Amino acid sequence: MKEISLHILDIMQNSVTANAKLIELTVTEDEKNDILSFSVKDNGKGMSKELLESVTDPFTTGRTTRKVGLGIPLLKHACELTGGGIDIKSKLGEGTVILATFVYSSIDRQPLGNMSETMHQLITSYEDVDFIYSHKVNDKEFLVDTREFRKILGEVSFGENAVSLWILEFLREGEAELYN
Amino acid sequence: MKSLAELEAIRQKVSAGVSMRKDDHAVRIVVGMATCGIAAGARPVMNAFVEEIGKRNLEHVSVVQTGCIGMCRLEPIVEVLVPGEEKVTYIKMTPQKAQKVVAEHIVNGRPVKEYVVGEND
Repeated sequence: MKEISLHILDIMQNSVTANAKLIELTVTEDEKNDILSFSVKDNGKGMSKELLESVTDPFTTGRTTRKVGLGIPLLKHACELTGGGIDIKSKLGEGTVILATFVYSSIDRQPLGNMSETMHQLITSYEDVDFIYSHKVNDKEFLVDTREFRKILGEVSFGENAVSLWILEFLREGEAELYN
Repeated sequence: MKSLAELEAIRQKVSAGVSMRKDDHAVRIVVGMATCGIAAGARPVMNAFVEEIGKRNLEHVSVVQTGCIGMCRLEPIVEVLVPGEEKVTYIKMTPQKAQKVVAEHIVNGRPVKEYVVGEND
């Protein structure tokens, strides 16, 4: 993938597919320690020990349309190219946590890319799922909790034009602030 | 600066008008966003739909993503579902093509035949 934010979009869909109702994403850019990492924690159905062991195999997949599942293997490769790696913990019936670590200064690290587009599309496509998104860049943090949006909007759908565009702009502004 | 107070104002405005209930007969634009779609460039395509629909202020049009549609080498794939009409499946989409689909198909009711999946694909 051209951007890490595209890997994030991809991986978070696994959580949605696992019927998670709450997905927590933390993205950390720590130049001092030369690390860029993200973690996705969900309360979905989790994985058995057997599935967890085979999940980095490109021929392991939960879908029926194809016999390959490339999301996790591609992410693992992207991390390892920079000198980093992935770590996945999961418990059946409880959920999964995946941590991906990249060496920040590695010439082989893709840019983080457009996080506001990634988060906007997840938030508006999966309205029944709550997202907590924390993006830390060195000392700054941008925190988004979609449960706050839900509290204000009540029955009004995130898909309403005005709401959807507000969410996109809100995300764009928050992201931009991190790099000022 | 976007604020939560603005969101409250939007809620009031939408509630007062005709809002898009989840079971409403809205036009649905479904963008394939599995690993294949993302790698092929589906995210900017979905964003182009969102922005074009927002710019034209088209109500009752929802844009959502979906998983693998099964024709991975033809990604980015976009399905347009207009109530009462047959589903139209567009392949190898780009942000520019998305704008044209909104103008021709969504607004004027004429599917863009050149972008539709065919027998030779």
